[in-house]
Amino acid sequence: MIKDMTIGQYFPGKSPVHRLDARLKILLTIAFIVMLFVADDIKGLGVGIAFTFITFIISRIPLKMMFKSIRPILIIIIITAMLNLFFVHTGTPLVEWKFIKITDKGVETAVFMVVRILCLIVGTSLLTYTSSPIDLTDAIERLLSPLKKIKVPVHELAMMMTIALRFIPTLLEETDKITSAQKARGADMETGSIFKRAKALIPILIPLFVSSFRHAEELALAMECRCYHGGEGRTRMKQLHFKLIDLWGTLYLVFFFAGVIVMNKIG
Amino acid sequence: MAIIKTENLTYVYGDGTPFRKVAVDNVDLEIENGEMVGVIGHTGSGKSTLIQHFNGLLKPTSGSVYIDGERLWDDKAKLRPVRFKVGLVFQYPEYQLFEETCYKDIAFGPKNMGLDNAEIDRRIKETARMVGIGADVLDKSPFELSGGQKRRVAIAGVMAMEPQVLILDEPASGLDPKGRDQILGLIREYHQQKKNTVLLVSHSMEDIAKHTTKILVMNKAKLFCYDDTVKVFHRAKELEEMGLAVPQITRVFNRLRSMGIQFDDDVYTTKYAKELLMRLLADK
Repeated sequence: MIKDMTIGQYFPGKSPVHRLDARLKILLTIAFIVMLFVADDIKGLGVGIAFTFITFIISRIPLKMMFKSIRPILIIIIITAMLNLFFVHTGTPLVEWKFIKITDKGVETAVFMVVRILCLIVGTSLLTYTSSPIDLTDAIERLLSPLKKIKVPVHELAMMMTIALRFIPTLLEETDKITSAQKARGADMETGSIFKRAKALIPILIPLFVSSFRHAEELALAMECRCYHGGEGRTRMKQLHFKLIDLWGTLYLVFFFAGVIVMNKIG
Repeated sequence: MAIIKTENLTYVYGDGTPFRKVAVDNVDLEIENGEMVGVIGHTGSGKSTLIQHFNGLLKPTSGSVYIDGERLWDDKAKLRPVRFKVGLVFQYPEYQLFEETCYKDIAFGPKNMGLDNAEIDRRIKETARMVGIGADVLDKSPFELSGGQKRRVAIAGVMAMEPQVLILDEPASGLDPKGRDQILGLIREYHQQKKNTVLLVSHSMEDIAKHTTKILVMNKAKLFCYDDTVKVFHRAKELEEMGLAVPQITRVFNRLRSMGIQFDDDVYTTKYAKELLMRLLADK
């Protein structure tokens, strides 16, 4: 069922990773990505792997959830591996057969790239698994707030994002309900040609559109009733504060980043 | 033979996630043909989940559902005919309307059944008359109608499939008292005319008392009881402990009894209350 889909994919918990300030978590994730690309050999990447692995353990996200986020990228990973394997021709050849030539350097690069992408996905999914979508948009709004100086409507964009995120589950639920209701009237969406199946979506899409407009209107009215007038002078219910744990989180990443640089220098 | 039968029916939402919830827990149930059954239970007690099993919309996590003696989910291709046999009207059914005219919308179900045009036309006219929509409304767009009229059109859309079992999830919610009585009245009339089985989910004990012969009570995902309306309302104390109530009139008469006024039967409709009062007064 649609309900089982993970969107926003927040996995509630109380681990230290969950408790980090969302703003800092975004910045740390960016630093983490930079770190993975600074590492230019296996040893440096080893430090990156260690960081990813330890953070993953600390966050207590089930392995099953992590596999779920890796699965859609699997094809990209495989293609990357293949390209590196077959098209890196430096180093000593291991296999040579007709036009196929695999070298030790090729194998090394392939493994290196795959590990790097895996770390990248695991690390960035940890961000979305451990922070609620609302915290994330809040954090993005704060991080982008300097752009207000050059007249970028940061608050409005963040509000739009928050509303969109807020309504994803609502609309999914509604889709589910309408689908069930039409199925109860014998709508057949599982068999037939693609054209027939596309046509079978009409009884779902039209009510869904109608209800989205209704939601939008109701929400606009509710916001106006509470005197919403945009971002100016608006205070927040949830204030973001940096705490001691955020300092530890930063030091933790700095430590590994330094490790990567040291490894690069030695290598 | 029972038209609806369940054996150890269990349904779990979000199995294997932190949001796991048992919605229906080990329900054994047999509903005979021709009954008018009221389904009651606190919000989140599993009523809506339970009824979605009866026409094969939800697949049981474990246990089985039999409709007319046939076990669902053994053959997935046989599910569609079951949906024509067991018509399900969801809560706020007016949100499912999508066609240009009410006529076409009511035709959606019968058309999916593969009926010929003459038969579809006959069914639309008949159900429209039954739910009280005039011929002029049939040609209008459903989006132009009032809430109550939309509800009627949506209910007609399911009735037109002439299902053996008609299940309605709170068909009267959100309507004014007059609209409530009309909708429930027409459902009852439909039941008496067609002699089929009707399941009515409702939060209003007055409506349940007035219209049903049997009551199915769900409590915390479990089947609390399935019995005659009179017998169920006799267990007022237990119902109240579950956060449910008995009809107001029953409460009034239970109080009268505790104040020392003698009468035998339980009172659960105003009609019967009136008769009883007249009798009591005549005895005096």
